Amino acid sequence: MDKNKELLSLLTQDCRRTPKQLAAILDESENEVKQRVAELERSGAIVKYSAILNDEMLDRDSVHAMIEVKVTPQKSKGFDAIAEEICRYPEVKSVYLISGDFDLAVFIEGKSLRSVSLFVSEKLSAIESVLSTATHFILKKYKVEGVITTKTGGGRLPVQP
Amino acid sequence: MRDFVSRKIREIAPSGIRKFFDIVSEMKDAISLGVGEPDFGTPWEISEAGIRSVQKGFTHYTSNKGMPKLREAICKFLSSRYKVHYDKEEVVVTVGASEAIDVTLRAICDPGDEVLIPMPSYVSYAPCVSMAGGTPVGVECNESNGFIVTKEMLQSVITPKTKAIILPYPNNPTGAIMTRAQLEDIRQTIIDSDLLVISDEIYSELTYDGKHVSIASLDGMRERTVLLNGFSKAFAMTGWRIGYVCAPRDILDQILKVHQYAIMCAPTMAQYAALAALETGRESRYEAVEEMRTEYDCRRRYLLHEFNAMGLKCFEAKGAFYLFPSVASTGMDGEEFANALLKAEKVAVVPGSAFGKGGENHIRVSYAYSLEELEEAVKRIKKFLNKGEEI
Repeated sequence: MDKNKELLSLLTQDCRRTPKQLAAILDESENEVKQRVAELERSGAIVKYSAILNDEMLDRDSVHAMIEVKVTPQKSKGFDAIAEEICRYPEVKSVYLISGDFDLAVFIEGKSLRSVSLFVSEKLSAIESVLSTATHFILKKYKVEGVITTKTGGGRLPVQP
Repeated sequence: MRDFVSRKIREIAPSGIRKFFDIVSEMKDAISLGVGEPDFGTPWEISEAGIRSVQKGFTHYTSNKGMPKLREAICKFLSSRYKVHYDKEEVVVTVGASEAIDVTLRAICDPGDEVLIPMPSYVSYAPCVSMAGGTPVGVECNESNGFIVTKEMLQSVITPKTKAIILPYPNNPTGAIMTRAQLEDIRQTIIDSDLLVISDEIYSELTYDGKHVSIASLDGMRERTVLLNGFSKAFAMTGWRIGYVCAPRDILDQILKVHQYAIMCAPTMAQYAALAALETGRESRYEAVEEMRTEYDCRRRYLLHEFNAMGLKCFEAKGAFYLFPSVASTGMDGEEFANALLKAEKVAVVPGSAFGKGGENHIRVSYAYSLEELEEAVKRIKKFLNKGEEI
Protein backbone atom coordinates (compact mmCIF):
# COMPACT_ATOMS: atom_id res chain seq x y z
CA MET A 1 0.00 0.00 0.00
CA ASP A 2 2.89 2.35 0.86
CA LYS A 3 4.01 2.16 -2.73
CA ASN A 4 0.59 3.42 -3.75
CA LYS A 5 0.63 6.37 -1.39
CA GLU A 6 2.16 8.80 -3.86
CA LEU A 7 0.06 7.49 -6.73
CA LEU A 8 -3.15 7.88 -4.74
CA SER A 9 -2.19 11.34 -3.62
CA LEU A 10 -1.61 12.38 -7.23
CA LEU A 11 -4.96 10.96 -8.28
CA THR A 12 -6.70 12.57 -5.33
CA GLN A 13 -5.34 15.94 -6.42
CA ASP A 14 -6.36 15.43 -10.01
CA CYS A 15 -7.85 12.17 -11.21
CA ARG A 16 -7.61 13.26 -14.83
CA ARG A 17 -3.85 12.77 -14.93
CA THR A 18 -3.03 10.22 -17.59
CA PRO A 19 -0.97 7.10 -16.90
CA LYS A 20 1.74 8.68 -19.03
CA GLN A 21 1.94 11.78 -16.87
CA LEU A 22 1.77 9.73 -13.68
CA ALA A 23 4.57 7.50 -14.93
CA ALA A 24 6.78 10.54 -15.55
CA ILE A 25 6.07 12.02 -12.14
CA LEU A 26 6.57 8.71 -10.32
CA ASP A 27 9.53 7.62 -12.39
CA GLU A 28 7.87 4.32 -13.34
CA SER A 29 6.72 2.66 -16.52
CA GLU A 30 3.36 3.56 -17.96
CA ASN A 31 2.24 -0.06 -17.85
CA GLU A 32 3.11 -0.42 -14.21
CA VAL A 33 1.03 2.65 -13.38
CA LYS A 34 -1.91 1.39 -15.43
CA GLN A 35 -1.82 -1.96 -13.66
CA ARG A 36 -1.68 -0.43 -10.23
CA VAL A 37 -4.55 1.95 -10.92
CA ALA A 38 -6.62 -0.91 -12.33
CA GLU A 39 -5.92 -3.00 -9.24
CA LEU A 40 -6.88 -0.13 -6.92
CA GLU A 41 -10.13 0.33 -8.85
CA ARG A 42 -10.87 -3.38 -8.86
CA SER A 43 -10.29 -3.80 -5.14
CA GLY A 44 -12.55 -0.84 -4.37
CA ALA A 45 -9.72 1.19 -2.80
CA ILE A 46 -10.56 3.85 -5.36
CA VAL A 47 -14.31 4.27 -4.99
CA LYS A 48 -14.96 6.60 -7.91
CA TYR A 49 -13.71 9.70 -9.70
CA SER A 50 -15.76 12.84 -9.35
CA ALA A 51 -15.66 16.60 -9.78
CA ILE A 52 -15.54 18.92 -6.80
CA LEU A 53 -17.83 21.86 -7.40
CA ASN A 54 -17.64 25.34 -6.03
CA ASP A 55 -21.26 26.26 -5.35
CA GLU A 56 -20.30 29.90 -4.94
CA MET A 57 -19.35 29.99 -8.61
CA LEU A 58 -22.38 28.08 -9.85
CA ASP A 59 -25.82 29.46 -10.24
CA ARG A 60 -27.31 26.39 -8.68
CA ASP A 61 -30.20 26.42 -6.32
CA SER A 62 -29.11 23.76 -3.95
CA VAL A 63 -29.18 23.56 -0.20
CA HIS A 64 -26.76 21.49 1.81
CA ALA A 65 -27.26 20.42 5.38
CA MET A 66 -25.60 18.28 7.99
CA ILE A 67 -28.05 16.43 10.19
CA GLU A 68 -27.07 14.95 13.49
CA VAL A 69 -29.20 11.88 14.16
CA LYS A 70 -29.72 10.07 17.43
CA VAL A 71 -30.98 6.50 17.04
CA THR A 72 -31.75 3.40 19.04
CA PRO A 73 -29.30 0.73 18.02
CA GLN A 74 -31.00 -2.47 16.96
CA LYS A 75 -30.35 -5.76 18.61
CA SER A 76 -27.46 -7.69 16.97
CA LYS A 77 -27.25 -5.18 14.12
CA GLY A 78 -26.06 -2.17 16.09
CA PHE A 79 -26.15 0.98 13.99
CA ASP A 80 -25.55 -0.67 10.63
CA ALA A 81 -29.12 -1.47 9.66
CA ILE A 82 -30.46 2.00 10.39
CA ALA A 83 -27.45 3.69 8.74
CA GLU A 84 -27.91 1.57 5.64
CA GLU A 85 -31.59 2.47 5.53
CA ILE A 86 -30.75 6.18 5.62
CA CYS A 87 -28.14 5.67 2.90
CA ARG A 88 -30.83 4.55 0.46
CA TYR A 89 -32.35 8.01 0.09
CA PRO A 90 -30.91 9.67 -3.01
CA GLU A 91 -30.76 13.10 -1.36
CA VAL A 92 -28.37 11.68 1.24
CA LYS A 93 -24.78 12.29 0.12
CA SER A 94 -22.80 10.87 3.05
CA VAL A 95 -23.52 9.00 6.24
CA TYR A 96 -21.01 8.61 9.05
CA LEU A 97 -21.21 6.92 12.46
CA ILE A 98 -19.81 9.42 14.94
CA SER A 99 -18.86 9.58 18.59
CA GLY A 100 -20.31 12.18 20.93
CA ASP A 101 -23.86 13.30 21.67
CA PHE A 102 -25.26 12.00 18.40
CA ASP A 103 -24.84 8.72 16.59
CA LEU A 104 -24.95 9.50 12.88
CA ALA A 105 -23.88 12.47 10.79
CA VAL A 106 -25.98 12.64 7.62
CA PHE A 107 -25.05 15.07 4.82
CA ILE A 108 -27.85 15.87 2.45
CA GLU A 109 -28.38 18.00 -0.61
CA GLY A 110 -31.80 19.34 -1.56
CA LYS A 111 -33.23 21.75 -4.07
CA SER A 112 -34.58 24.14 -1.46
CA LEU A 113 -34.88 24.79 2.23
CA ARG A 114 -38.35 23.31 2.05
CA SER A 115 -37.26 20.09 0.42
CA VAL A 116 -34.59 19.55 3.06
CA SER A 117 -37.09 20.29 5.83
CA LEU A 118 -39.56 17.86 4.33
CA PHE A 119 -36.91 15.18 4.09
CA VAL A 120 -36.09 15.57 7.78
CA SER A 121 -39.63 15.79 9.07
CA GLU A 122 -41.32 13.27 6.85
CA LYS A 123 -38.66 10.75 5.91
CA LEU A 124 -35.81 10.78 8.39
CA SER A 125 -37.81 11.40 11.56
CA ALA A 126 -40.38 8.88 10.46
CA ILE A 127 -37.89 6.04 10.69
CA GLU A 128 -38.80 4.11 13.77
CA SER A 129 -35.46 3.92 15.52
CA VAL A 130 -34.64 7.61 14.95
CA LEU A 131 -34.97 9.31 18.34
CA SER A 132 -34.09 12.87 17.43
CA THR A 133 -32.43 15.02 14.77
CA ALA A 134 -30.63 18.36 14.66
CA THR A 135 -30.39 19.98 11.24
CA HIS A 136 -27.55 22.37 10.46
CA PHE A 137 -27.80 24.17 7.17
CA ILE A 138 -24.48 24.82 5.50
CA LEU A 139 -24.09 28.54 4.85
CA LYS A 140 -20.71 28.72 3.15
CA LYS A 141 -18.00 26.26 2.22
CA TYR A 142 -14.44 27.38 2.82
CA LYS A 143 -12.61 24.14 2.17
CA VAL A 144 -13.97 21.15 0.30
CA GLU A 145 -12.15 17.82 0.06
CA GLY A 146 -8.89 19.45 1.03
CA VAL A 147 -9.27 22.30 -1.45
CA ILE A 148 -9.67 25.85 -0.18
CA THR A 149 -12.50 27.32 -2.25
CA THR A 150 -12.23 30.91 -1.08
CA LYS A 151 -9.43 32.87 -2.66
CA THR A 152 -6.70 33.90 -0.24
CA GLY A 153 -3.22 35.31 -0.48
CA GLY A 154 -1.64 37.79 -2.85
CA GLY A 155 -0.10 36.75 -6.11
CA ARG A 156 3.58 36.36 -6.81
CA LEU A 157 5.47 38.62 -9.16
CA PRO A 158 5.68 36.72 -12.46
CA VAL A 159 9.44 36.94 -12.92
CA GLN A 160 11.92 37.02 -10.07
CA PRO A 161 15.64 36.47 -9.72
CA MET B 1 23.60 70.40 -12.46
CA ARG B 2 26.23 67.80 -11.77
CA ASP B 3 25.61 64.08 -11.64
CA PHE B 4 24.68 63.36 -8.05
CA VAL B 5 24.83 59.62 -8.42
CA SER B 6 27.88 57.67 -7.40
CA ARG B 7 29.97 56.46 -10.30
CA LYS B 8 30.20 53.07 -8.66
CA ILE B 9 26.43 52.67 -8.66
CA ARG B 10 26.01 54.07 -12.21
CA GLU B 11 28.44 51.47 -13.46
CA ILE B 12 26.45 48.56 -12.07
CA ALA B 13 24.42 47.00 -14.88
CA PRO B 14 20.67 46.83 -14.25
CA SER B 15 19.26 43.36 -13.64
CA GLY B 16 18.80 41.37 -16.86
CA ILE B 17 15.54 40.10 -15.49
CA ARG B 18 13.91 43.50 -15.19
CA LYS B 19 13.30 43.97 -18.92
CA PHE B 20 11.74 40.57 -19.18
CA PHE B 21 9.61 41.18 -16.13
CA ASP B 22 8.12 44.28 -17.71
CA ILE B 23 7.05 42.39 -20.83
CA VAL B 24 5.51 39.52 -18.86
CA SER B 25 3.64 41.81 -16.47
CA GLU B 26 1.92 43.49 -19.38
CA MET B 27 0.83 40.21 -20.91
CA LYS B 28 -2.53 38.75 -19.98
CA ASP B 29 -2.97 34.96 -19.67
CA ALA B 30 0.77 34.36 -19.75
CA ILE B 31 1.99 31.37 -17.79
CA SER B 32 5.13 32.17 -15.90
CA LEU B 33 7.74 29.66 -14.86
CA GLY B 34 9.88 32.55 -13.79
CA VAL B 35 9.43 32.90 -10.06
CA GLY B 36 12.04 32.32 -7.42
CA GLU B 37 9.82 31.68 -4.44
CA PRO B 38 7.65 28.82 -3.21
CA ASP B 39 4.06 28.53 -4.41
CA PHE B 40 3.04 27.23 -0.99
CA GLY B 41 1.68 29.70 1.51
CA THR B 42 3.45 30.10 4.84
CA PRO B 43 2.25 27.22 7.08
CA TRP B 44 -0.58 28.62 9.16
CA GLU B 45 0.88 28.06 12.62
CA ILE B 46 3.88 30.17 11.57
CA SER B 47 1.73 33.04 10.30
CA GLU B 48 -0.39 32.81 13.44
CA ALA B 49 2.66 33.24 15.65
CA GLY B 50 3.50 36.43 13.75
CA ILE B 51 -0.06 37.72 14.15
CA ARG B 52 -0.13 36.82 17.84
CA SER B 53 3.10 38.71 18.46
CA VAL B 54 1.49 41.87 17.10
CA GLN B 55 -1.68 41.30 19.12
CA LYS B 56 0.40 40.93 22.25
CA GLY B 57 2.12 44.20 21.52
CA PHE B 58 5.56 42.85 20.64
CA THR B 59 6.02 45.66 18.17
CA HIS B 60 9.28 47.16 19.39
CA TYR B 61 12.90 46.72 18.33
CA THR B 62 14.67 43.56 19.35
CA SER B 63 18.38 43.44 20.10
CA ASN B 64 20.49 44.19 17.02
CA LYS B 65 21.46 40.55 16.67
CA GLY B 66 17.87 39.37 16.90
CA MET B 67 15.94 37.75 19.75
CA PRO B 68 18.18 35.44 21.81
CA LYS B 69 15.49 32.74 21.76
CA LEU B 70 15.41 32.79 17.97
CA ARG B 71 19.19 32.69 17.71
CA GLU B 72 19.25 29.71 20.07
CA ALA B 73 16.62 27.95 17.94
CA ILE B 74 18.67 28.67 14.81
CA CYS B 75 21.76 27.10 16.43
CA LYS B 76 19.78 23.99 17.39
CA PHE B 77 18.36 23.75 13.88
CA LEU B 78 21.78 24.00 12.24
CA SER B 79 23.38 21.49 14.56
CA SER B 80 20.60 18.92 14.25
CA ARG B 81 20.09 19.29 10.50
CA TYR B 82 23.61 19.91 9.18
CA LYS B 83 25.96 19.16 12.07
CA VAL B 84 27.33 22.68 12.14
CA HIS B 85 27.66 24.04 15.64
CA TYR B 86 27.31 27.72 16.48
CA ASP B 87 26.75 29.58 19.69
CA LYS B 88 23.87 32.08 19.73
CA GLU B 89 26.45 34.87 19.97
CA GLU B 90 27.75 33.79 16.57
CA VAL B 91 24.42 34.49 14.85
CA VAL B 92 22.89 37.70 13.49
CA VAL B 93 19.28 37.63 12.32
CA THR B 94 18.93 39.59 9.07
CA VAL B 95 16.27 40.92 6.71
CA GLY B 96 16.30 37.86 4.51
CA ALA B 97 19.43 36.07 3.32
CA SER B 98 19.69 38.99 0.87
CA GLU B 99 20.75 41.34 3.63
CA ALA B 100 23.07 38.65 4.95
CA ILE B 101 24.89 38.64 1.58
CA ASP B 102 25.21 42.42 1.59
CA VAL B 103 26.36 42.93 5.18
CA THR B 104 28.84 40.06 4.95
CA LEU B 105 30.45 41.44 1.79
CA ARG B 106 30.57 44.95 3.21
CA ALA B 107 32.23 43.62 6.35
CA ILE B 108 34.95 41.75 4.52
CA CYS B 109 35.80 43.65 1.30
CA ASP B 110 38.62 46.13 1.03
CA PRO B 111 39.24 47.92 -2.28
CA GLY B 112 40.98 45.54 -4.64
CA ASP B 113 39.92 42.38 -2.84
CA GLU B 114 38.75 39.74 -5.27
CA VAL B 115 35.72 37.63 -4.47
CA LEU B 116 35.16 34.48 -6.50
CA ILE B 117 31.62 33.80 -7.68
CA PRO B 118 30.66 30.56 -9.45
CA MET B 119 28.69 31.34 -12.59
CA PRO B 120 25.86 31.03 -13.42
CA SER B 121 24.56 32.20 -10.05
CA TYR B 122 21.99 34.29 -8.29
CA VAL B 123 22.04 37.84 -9.61
CA SER B 124 22.94 39.74 -6.43
CA TYR B 125 26.41 38.47 -5.64
CA ALA B 126 28.48 40.39 -8.18
CA PRO B 127 26.73 43.77 -7.69
CA CYS B 128 26.94 43.37 -3.90
CA VAL B 129 30.68 42.69 -4.15
CA SER B 130 31.09 45.79 -6.33
CA MET B 131 29.01 47.95 -4.02
CA ALA B 132 31.10 46.73 -1.09
CA GLY B 133 34.20 47.94 -2.92
CA GLY B 134 35.52 44.52 -3.86
CA THR B 135 36.10 43.03 -7.29
CA PRO B 136 33.81 40.20 -8.37
CA VAL B 137 35.59 37.44 -10.30
CA GLY B 138 33.38 34.91 -12.06
CA VAL B 139 34.33 31.26 -11.99
CA GLU B 140 32.66 29.85 -15.05
CA CYS B 141 31.03 26.53 -14.31
CA ASN B 142 29.33 24.56 -17.02
CA GLU B 143 27.14 21.63 -17.64
CA SER B 144 29.98 19.22 -18.29
CA ASN B 145 31.19 19.50 -14.71
CA GLY B 146 27.70 19.61 -13.25
CA PHE B 147 27.75 23.37 -12.62
CA ILE B 148 29.99 23.06 -9.58
CA VAL B 149 33.44 24.40 -8.78
CA THR B 150 36.42 22.07 -8.69
CA LYS B 151 39.92 22.32 -7.27
CA GLU B 152 41.37 22.84 -10.76
CA MET B 153 38.95 25.64 -11.57
CA LEU B 154 39.76 27.42 -8.33
CA GLN B 155 43.49 27.09 -8.83
CA SER B 156 43.20 28.69 -12.24
CA VAL B 157 41.47 31.85 -10.94
CA ILE B 158 42.98 32.39 -7.50
CA THR B 159 45.42 35.34 -7.37
CA PRO B 160 47.18 36.95 -4.42
CA LYS B 161 44.26 39.38 -4.31
CA THR B 162 41.61 36.68 -3.87
CA LYS B 163 40.06 37.01 -0.45
CA ALA B 164 36.86 35.04 -0.51
CA ILE B 165 34.67 32.68 -2.47
CA ILE B 166 30.89 32.61 -2.51
CA LEU B 167 29.53 29.06 -2.54
CA PRO B 168 25.87 29.15 -3.53
CA TYR B 169 24.72 25.53 -3.28
CA PRO B 170 22.06 24.26 -3.78
CA ASN B 171 22.26 26.65 -6.67
CA ASN B 172 19.89 29.13 -8.23
CA PRO B 173 19.54 28.90 -11.27
CA THR B 174 21.10 25.50 -12.07
CA GLY B 175 19.72 23.38 -9.22
CA ALA B 176 23.22 21.92 -8.75
CA ILE B 177 24.28 20.75 -5.31
CA MET B 178 27.75 20.00 -3.99
CA THR B 179 28.23 16.67 -2.25
CA ARG B 180 30.53 16.12 0.70
CA ALA B 181 33.15 14.59 -1.61
CA GLN B 182 32.98 17.54 -3.98
CA LEU B 183 33.35 19.99 -1.09
CA GLU B 184 36.25 17.94 0.27
CA ASP B 185 37.89 18.26 -3.13
CA ILE B 186 38.09 22.07 -2.88
CA ARG B 187 38.66 22.27 0.89
CA GLN B 188 42.45 22.09 0.85
CA THR B 189 42.77 24.63 -1.96
CA ILE B 190 40.63 27.07 0.02
CA ILE B 191 42.77 26.55 3.13
CA ASP B 192 46.06 26.72 1.21
CA SER B 193 45.05 30.00 -0.42
CA ASP B 194 43.73 31.29 2.91
CA LEU B 195 40.27 32.13 1.54
CA LEU B 196 37.07 32.91 3.37
CA VAL B 197 33.99 31.00 2.22
CA ILE B 198 30.65 32.77 2.08
CA SER B 199 28.32 29.82 1.93
CA ASP B 200 24.82 30.78 0.83
CA GLU B 201 22.72 27.81 1.87
CA ILE B 202 19.27 29.32 1.47
CA TYR B 203 18.04 26.22 -0.42
CA SER B 204 19.60 23.77 2.05
CA GLU B 205 16.29 22.10 2.93
CA LEU B 206 15.45 21.50 -0.71
CA THR B 207 17.71 18.68 -1.85
CA TYR B 208 16.39 15.56 -3.54
CA ASP B 209 19.25 13.12 -3.45
CA GLY B 210 20.69 12.90 0.01
CA LYS B 211 20.88 15.58 2.67
CA HIS B 212 22.55 18.93 2.25
CA VAL B 213 26.14 19.17 3.43
CA SER B 214 27.36 22.49 4.78
CA ILE B 215 30.97 23.27 4.02
CA ALA B 216 31.23 24.66 7.57
CA SER B 217 30.93 21.07 8.85
CA LEU B 218 34.19 20.05 7.11
CA ASP B 219 37.50 19.90 8.97
CA GLY B 220 39.12 23.27 9.38
CA MET B 221 36.34 25.13 7.57
CA ARG B 222 34.16 26.52 10.34
CA GLU B 223 36.69 29.22 11.23
CA ARG B 224 36.89 30.41 7.63
CA THR B 225 33.22 30.19 6.72
CA VAL B 226 30.40 32.68 6.90
CA LEU B 227 27.19 30.68 6.67
CA LEU B 228 24.11 32.38 5.24
CA ASN B 229 20.65 30.93 5.43
CA GLY B 230 17.06 31.95 5.99
CA PHE B 231 13.43 30.98 6.25
CA SER B 232 12.16 32.00 2.82
CA LYS B 233 12.58 28.82 0.84
CA ALA B 234 12.35 26.07 3.46
CA PHE B 235 9.35 27.48 5.30
CA ALA B 236 7.74 29.37 2.41
CA MET B 237 8.28 32.72 4.15
CA THR B 238 9.68 34.97 1.41
CA GLY B 239 7.52 37.98 2.26
CA TRP B 240 8.49 37.90 5.92
CA ARG B 241 12.05 38.81 4.99
CA ILE B 242 13.96 36.85 7.57
CA GLY B 243 17.36 35.24 7.30
CA TYR B 244 20.56 34.89 9.26
CA VAL B 245 24.31 34.88 9.12
CA CYS B 246 26.56 32.70 11.27
CA ALA B 247 30.30 33.21 11.64
CA PRO B 248 33.09 33.06 14.18
CA ARG B 249 32.88 35.95 16.67
CA ASP B 250 35.70 38.03 15.21
CA ILE B 251 34.05 38.21 11.78
CA LEU B 252 30.51 38.26 13.09
CA ASP B 253 31.12 41.27 15.32
CA GLN B 254 32.14 43.28 12.26
CA ILE B 255 29.14 42.05 10.26
CA LEU B 256 26.98 43.08 13.21
CA LYS B 257 28.34 46.61 12.97
CA VAL B 258 27.15 46.95 9.38
CA HIS B 259 23.79 45.40 10.22
CA GLN B 260 23.30 47.56 13.28
CA TYR B 261 24.00 50.82 11.51
CA ALA B 262 22.11 49.94 8.35
CA ILE B 263 19.11 48.01 9.62
CA MET B 264 18.96 48.13 13.43
CA CYS B 265 17.21 44.78 13.66
CA ALA B 266 15.11 42.41 11.58
CA PRO B 267 11.32 42.94 11.87
CA THR B 268 10.09 41.74 15.26
CA MET B 269 6.89 40.16 13.97
CA ALA B 270 8.86 38.13 11.42
CA GLN B 271 11.29 37.03 14.12
CA TYR B 272 8.40 35.59 16.15
CA ALA B 273 7.08 33.81 13.09
CA ALA B 274 10.55 32.39 12.38
CA LEU B 275 10.83 31.17 15.95
CA ALA B 276 7.52 29.35 15.54
CA ALA B 277 8.77 27.82 12.28
CA LEU B 278 11.73 26.27 14.09
CA GLU B 279 9.86 25.27 17.24
CA THR B 280 6.84 23.69 15.58
CA GLY B 281 9.17 22.28 12.97
CA ARG B 282 11.30 20.54 15.56
CA GLU B 283 8.24 19.06 17.27
CA SER B 284 6.86 17.64 14.03
CA ARG B 285 10.28 16.72 12.60
CA TYR B 286 9.79 19.39 9.97
CA GLU B 287 6.78 17.62 8.54
CA ALA B 288 5.59 20.68 6.62
CA VAL B 289 9.03 21.13 5.02
CA GLU B 290 9.11 17.43 4.21
CA GLU B 291 5.73 17.60 2.50
CA MET B 292 6.79 20.54 0.37
CA ARG B 293 10.02 18.79 -0.57
CA THR B 294 8.14 15.65 -1.61
CA GLU B 295 5.88 17.76 -3.80
CA TYR B 296 8.80 19.64 -5.37
CA ASP B 297 10.52 16.34 -6.06
CA CYS B 298 7.49 15.01 -7.98
CA ARG B 299 7.48 18.13 -10.11
CA ARG B 300 11.22 17.97 -10.62
CA ARG B 301 11.08 14.40 -11.89
CA TYR B 302 8.11 15.20 -14.09
CA LEU B 303 9.79 18.21 -15.71
CA LEU B 304 13.16 16.46 -16.09
CA HIS B 305 11.39 13.69 -17.94
CA GLU B 306 9.39 16.07 -20.13
CA PHE B 307 12.31 18.37 -21.05
CA ASN B 308 14.58 15.49 -21.95
CA ALA B 309 11.76 13.91 -23.96
CA MET B 310 11.28 17.20 -25.81
CA GLY B 311 14.95 17.19 -26.77
CA LEU B 312 15.90 20.05 -24.46
CA LYS B 313 18.76 18.35 -22.69
CA CYS B 314 18.38 18.87 -19.01
CA PHE B 315 21.07 18.63 -16.38
CA GLU B 316 19.83 16.55 -13.43
CA ALA B 317 19.25 19.25 -10.86
CA LYS B 318 19.24 17.84 -7.35
CA GLY B 319 18.40 20.91 -5.31
CA ALA B 320 16.43 24.17 -5.06
CA PHE B 321 13.35 24.35 -7.32
CA TYR B 322 14.85 25.09 -10.71
CA LEU B 323 15.77 23.17 -13.82
CA PHE B 324 18.29 24.61 -16.23
CA PRO B 325 17.69 22.95 -19.59
CA SER B 326 19.91 23.66 -22.56
CA VAL B 327 18.14 25.04 -25.60
CA ALA B 328 21.19 24.64 -27.86
CA SER B 329 19.41 21.94 -29.88
CA THR B 330 16.93 24.56 -31.15
CA GLY B 331 19.67 26.70 -32.64
CA MET B 332 18.63 29.58 -30.40
CA ASP B 333 20.40 30.91 -27.34
CA GLY B 334 18.56 31.19 -24.04
CA GLU B 335 17.48 34.76 -24.57
CA GLU B 336 16.18 34.20 -28.09
CA PHE B 337 14.36 31.08 -26.93
CA ALA B 338 12.77 32.81 -23.95
CA ASN B 339 11.60 35.74 -26.07
CA ALA B 340 10.23 33.53 -28.85
CA LEU B 341 8.48 31.21 -26.40
CA LEU B 342 6.88 34.11 -24.60
CA LYS B 343 5.69 35.64 -27.85
CA ALA B 344 4.41 32.43 -29.42
CA GLU B 345 2.96 30.53 -26.50
CA LYS B 346 2.94 33.02 -23.66
CA VAL B 347 5.13 30.97 -21.38
CA ALA B 348 7.73 32.93 -19.42
CA VAL B 349 11.06 31.35 -18.54
CA VAL B 350 14.16 33.27 -17.54
CA PRO B 351 17.10 33.35 -19.99
CA GLY B 352 20.15 31.70 -18.44
CA SER B 353 22.31 34.65 -19.43
CA ALA B 354 20.64 36.70 -16.67
CA PHE B 355 22.67 34.62 -14.22
CA GLY B 356 26.05 35.23 -15.76
CA LYS B 357 28.55 33.41 -17.90
CA GLY B 358 27.95 29.77 -18.69
CA GLY B 359 24.18 30.19 -18.81
CA GLU B 360 23.88 31.63 -22.32
CA ASN B 361 22.45 28.52 -23.92
CA HIS B 362 20.12 27.71 -21.09
CA ILE B 363 16.82 28.78 -19.65
CA ARG B 364 15.85 28.70 -16.00
CA VAL B 365 12.58 26.94 -15.34
CA SER B 366 11.11 27.19 -11.88
CA TYR B 367 8.95 24.36 -10.60
CA ALA B 368 7.50 26.36 -7.75
CA TYR B 369 4.15 25.82 -9.47
CA SER B 370 1.43 23.23 -9.12
CA LEU B 371 1.72 20.14 -11.29
CA GLU B 372 -1.38 21.29 -13.15
CA GLU B 373 0.30 24.56 -14.10
CA LEU B 374 3.48 22.75 -15.11
CA GLU B 375 1.47 20.34 -17.23
CA GLU B 376 -0.13 23.24 -19.10
CA ALA B 377 3.24 24.93 -19.58
CA VAL B 378 4.78 21.71 -20.92
CA LYS B 379 1.92 21.40 -23.39
CA ARG B 380 2.62 24.90 -24.68
CA ILE B 381 6.39 24.41 -24.88
CA LYS B 382 5.84 21.22 -26.87
CA LYS B 383 3.58 23.11 -29.24
CA PHE B 384 6.23 25.80 -29.58
CA LEU B 385 8.96 23.29 -30.41
CA ASN B 386 6.78 21.44 -32.93
CA LYS B 387 6.00 24.66 -34.76
CA GLY B 388 9.70 25.37 -35.00
CA GLU B 389 10.20 22.04 -36.74
CA GLU B 390 7.53 22.74 -39.32
CA ILE B 391 9.27 25.95 -40.36
